[in-house]
Amino acid sequence: MIDNGRLGDLEAVAREMRYHLITMMGADKPHHFGGSLSSVELVTALYFYKMRYDPANPEWDGRDRFVMSKGHSVPTQYAALAMLGVIPMVELPNLKRLGSILQGHPNACTTPGIEACTGSLGQGLSFANGIALAARIRGLPSRVYVLLGDGELQEGQVWEAAMGAATHGLDSLVALIDRNRLKSQGDVDEAKRLEPLEEKWRAFGWHVIGVDGHDLRQICGALDEAEGVRERPTVIIAQTVKGKGVPFMEGQFQFHNAAISQEQLQLAVESVKASMGEETSA
Amino acid sequence: MKWAIGERVETRDAFGEALLVLGRRRDDVVVLDADLQRSNKTETFRQAHPDRFFDMGIAEADMVSTAAGMAATGMTPFANSFAMFVPGRAYDQIRLQVAYARTNVKLVGGSAGLTIGPDGATHQSLDDIALVRQLPNLTVLVPADANETYQAVFAATETEGPFYLRVGRYPTPVIFGPDYRFEIGAIQELRAGGDVALLATGIMAAKAIEVAELLASRGLSAAVSNVSTIKPMDPERVLDAVSGKRLAVTMEEHSIIGGLGSAVAEIVAADAAAPPLLRIGVKDRFGESGTADELLEAYGLAPPSMADAVLEAVG
Repeated sequence: MIDNGRLGDLEAVAREMRYHLITMMGADKPHHFGGSLSSVELVTALYFYKMRYDPANPEWDGRDRFVMSKGHSVPTQYAALAMLGVIPMVELPNLKRLGSILQGHPNACTTPGIEACTGSLGQGLSFANGIALAARIRGLPSRVYVLLGDGELQEGQVWEAAMGAATHGLDSLVALIDRNRLKSQGDVDEAKRLEPLEEKWRAFGWHVIGVDGHDLRQICGALDEAEGVRERPTVIIAQTVKGKGVPFMEGQFQFHNAAISQEQLQLAVESVKASMGEETSA
Repeated sequence: MKWAIGERVETRDAFGEALLVLGRRRDDVVVLDADLQRSNKTETFRQAHPDRFFDMGIAEADMVSTAAGMAATGMTPFANSFAMFVPGRAYDQIRLQVAYARTNVKLVGGSAGLTIGPDGATHQSLDDIALVRQLPNLTVLVPADANETYQAVFAATETEGPFYLRVGRYPTPVIFGPDYRFEIGAIQELRAGGDVALLATGIMAAKAIEVAELLASRGLSAAVSNVSTIKPMDPERVLDAVSGKRLAVTMEEHSIIGGLGSAVAEIVAADAAAPPLLRIGVKDRFGESGTADELLEAYGLAPPSMADAVLEAVG
């Protein structure tokens, strides 16, 4: 159970992460604002609360691992890794520039702290299963966390992997679903219906926890609960708002991948800065 | 050397035996299969090392991504299916999480080519080499016989990085004896000859020797080379094999588009002194049901028809 002081610290981390996200992406170039912003609290809880991870030694064999399966949201992970000192903070403005270690989608070969190459959706859960199976064979204590988009669940491979994880009883594995309800061209469920989503995962043999994906107390509680689950994987279905924290982006699919103007950037920075000045909920 | 020259052995059997030995020697080797372990000859590994064998179900894409995750966590996975399905069903996963990611995954395409036989076009991979050959970072091996296959499995394991290994179920004559040492990238001359150069891969190497004998009886001297590494392919070695000949010929149990024929064409096209090229393979069409030998005959891949094609091209 997380105490109020710790919770306040995490909320401050999330606000700072949003600030880095917005300034890293900047104006005039298309970036994946919506899904990056909706996943901030989930990534915050993983790197700054739950994961056993040594930023000074990101290759430590016994580390917990995080796979960003919704690879287009990797700017959130870059921000987290920069805040931890795994990648230099000065690299962030080089996002997606020629020669940068910060590729448009995660590249484990070029970027410290990135565990998997993703970007073509649907592959990360299978990859995470592979990590969990290998860790089991090798006797590593590592737990594995994988973040999926809700639109990504329309890829069939996710359900192949969901069956596999349950078959092997991978209780070291936690999938988090960023349920922001919007994909790049509109409503997720209008294209291929996910609901009833919790029942689907339960039917696939998973332990299911539903949370408000912007409530760090709930997210941390769910991550704690998952550690006590035995012989089955856990999925945390996080209800989120696409574009969270930047009012003109919230709930708008058009900011899935879009360039914003200098004026919009100013507005976005002000929104995020204003929230940074707020009292914590502690 | 495990098999005697002239003995007819399926390369998939040699693969399975090598895998079993490898599993005893290295505890980082894990094997994944997509419900074809008896066909792919991974079943003996499963029995010997059940804790390091994973039947992934009929889910090739999931299998390849899972193998990549295992490789990223210190294991050396072999991911198996028919060559039709790996790479076909898992191409995107191979591209991103194996080739681009440079994970230490050994992909094995079994029962390759026309010679899977009666199952027909749906199961006959005539495009797998084309699919994997153009992926950066991937090494592509198509061994010619059981002895070479056996060594290639160890070479692929001892070399860090992603591999595609193509094996088959055609009982092909063993052509390599006890002195043979497989080397990635090598092109071995199996038979010397002055008029034409036959470059063959996989089971076509043994057939190329037969073609050379037929050609000799008709007054044409043919050199035969085995090209078991499709990638990386060293242009110098290819040009050495064909230089001074009247005709270069490629032979493969694969489409003439995208495989060995294309790889050699890319090299000889850039060399003004290189001879013209005849590509023998399946001519831009799907296969069909039939026995292996019937199909090879019907698709122009039996030695007599290949010899005729060479004579016609050499003029």
